[in-house]
Amino acid sequence: MILVNRDTRLLVQGITGREGTFHSLAMLEYGTNVVAGVTPGKGGQAALDGLVPVFDTVTEAVRETGANTSCIFVPASAAPDAILEAAFSGIGLVFCITEGIPALDMLAVYHVLRQQGVRLVGPNCPGATSVGGAKVGIIPGDIHRAGSVGLVSRSGTLTYEVVQAMTDAGIGQSTCVGIGGDPIVGTSFIDILDLFNQDPETEAIVMIGEIGGDEEEKAAAFVQREVRKPMAAFIAGRTAPPGRRMGHAGAIISGGAGTAESKRAALEEAGIRVADSPSHIPSLLRAAGVPR
Amino acid sequence: MKLQEYRSKEILARYGVPLLAGETATTPAEARAAAERIGGPVVVKAQVLVGGRGKAGGVRLAANPAEAEDRAAAILGMEIKGITVRTVLVAPAADIAQEFYLGLILDRAAKAISVIGSAEGGVEIEETARTNPAAILRLPLHPLLGLRDHDIRRVSFFLGIPADLRRDFATTLRGLHAAFVESDADLAEINPLAVTRDGRLLALDAKVVLDESGLFRHPDLEQMRDLNEEERSETAAREAGINFIKLDGSIGCMVNGAGLAMTTMDLVKLAGGEPANFLDIGGGAKADRVAAAFGIILDDPNVRAILVNIFGGITRGDEVARGIVEARETLTREVPMVVRIVGTNAAEAQAILARASLITADSLDDAAVKAVAAARQGGAA
Repeated sequence: MILVNRDTRLLVQGITGREGTFHSLAMLEYGTNVVAGVTPGKGGQAALDGLVPVFDTVTEAVRETGANTSCIFVPASAAPDAILEAAFSGIGLVFCITEGIPALDMLAVYHVLRQQGVRLVGPNCPGATSVGGAKVGIIPGDIHRAGSVGLVSRSGTLTYEVVQAMTDAGIGQSTCVGIGGDPIVGTSFIDILDLFNQDPETEAIVMIGEIGGDEEEKAAAFVQREVRKPMAAFIAGRTAPPGRRMGHAGAIISGGAGTAESKRAALEEAGIRVADSPSHIPSLLRAAGVPR
Repeated sequence: MKLQEYRSKEILARYGVPLLAGETATTPAEARAAAERIGGPVVVKAQVLVGGRGKAGGVRLAANPAEAEDRAAAILGMEIKGITVRTVLVAPAADIAQEFYLGLILDRAAKAISVIGSAEGGVEIEETARTNPAAILRLPLHPLLGLRDHDIRRVSFFLGIPADLRRDFATTLRGLHAAFVESDADLAEINPLAVTRDGRLLALDAKVVLDESGLFRHPDLEQMRDLNEEERSETAAREAGINFIKLDGSIGCMVNGAGLAMTTMDLVKLAGGEPANFLDIGGGAKADRVAAAFGIILDDPNVRAILVNIFGGITRGDEVARGIVEARETLTREVPMVVRIVGTNAAEAQAILARASLITADSLDDAAVKAVAAARQGGAA
């Protein structure tokens, strides 16, 4: 397991909002230790049927509850500041679920968090679930099966699709992480591959990429250098036309770079098996030596 | 969001970038009047958001107002890469001695705003990157300190800006940077940035692309969106909060999530069909958004079948199923529909779909195959 587990003490920023409440309940139900919520102006209240105390500031929440991880559901206009507030209040790991944050706002946030030694996952990501440990974010809890395959992805629902296919085939997961589809995200494929590579509970890795940028190509080079665990991959967007942004701000093919073909070639060069459909991932894992 | 040249120049002018703004015209007579006001030779330029205007004959010199009218008559209404020209920019002509490329981009790799400079102006920067990469300077700016004087000097000396124009160059780059940051741009470029024979530094063409996510704080810039160059269906989708891109195939796709939507398109292709669109209904979609999505998909006469692929999470499967059944009552034309709903409340969804006797599928691969088959049958009928 990586990033989140039984030791995760979760703070939810924006816990009293519609999304924040809905997903915090789902996280609690999964067994995640949700210790605090923050909504400025609602300090002193209790959220989620009185189960979780709400604070005005992250500093207070950390002092009172020992929260070590934050999950952010606040609107795009306020989310960059919420990330910084968490980072300057002693939180070591921040997941930002919020989508639609202006890219320029993330530049300073990205570099400041790196300097502070705080890990940011996202924004515009579904979070991470360590199966049987903790779920932080919005990945449906019931699609998993406990096991030893780590999964990292740039998408949301496509991640669920692949997880479901693995679970249906009897292949369990250690941790599933969505790093987010925006042009500027805090954590890269390489960061997560590195963690999976060092995690004794993870025996194989699945990577779900998509068109645009060159993160998959860089990841392939890293895998070739560092990773000896079996891997399978899928790249979405083979049929996407160039120059058009496919929903995710990051998913755009420009000047012939960032195509599904170039990514697939780079991954195969690194010895990673690449699937034509998410449903083929389980058989590729089997072929790579992953047991049931 | 891409902005037209005249809009881009309008923004850069506000930030002090030296340029010859000119006037827009939508009729030859307006072009003539604009040329009369400007006086002297002008250039008449098609305002379209695609590259290669010059090669297509969309940029022409005119020595006097009568010629400007003729040139505008030739350019207005012409098609450039499928886009009909409806507006021209009439701007004072400049006598060019030297051309540079100067741009700012959101640099994903460096996680910074980077300055891109090249002494090979007037050519697309992608072209220079292929033919002569050493001629390009790519300088990431400090994420907290922004553009500093030493950055400006570095670019200026790399490009070989003439000594007496270095001050104007600094004004230009500072203005370009301020415009980029304050407009939430993804790209802002001046190409060419020209030195004229009478010794002026001028932005002769400009292109600004804005970050869609930043537009909520720039209602004035949102007004600059060119609906003329956006597919009607794409405008309708944007207004309904749906991510939609029209393509050329026959299978309409309705999916939740961008990555899954792309994958659905890929699997349609793998099954031997062609997707008619990319469509992401977004998270938590309810009946009204489903109905809007159907309307947008069916607006395309090429659509012969619709494939619905929903992986419930935030989005509830039964809500979507109800939306499909309701929307079906009001649809303007009947096409076969293959529906696959899994995840949150999938069982309830199945029951609703079964009562409405829709074609259902368990897996995405199966759904794609069924949709392609349905489109073929529909096409033959």
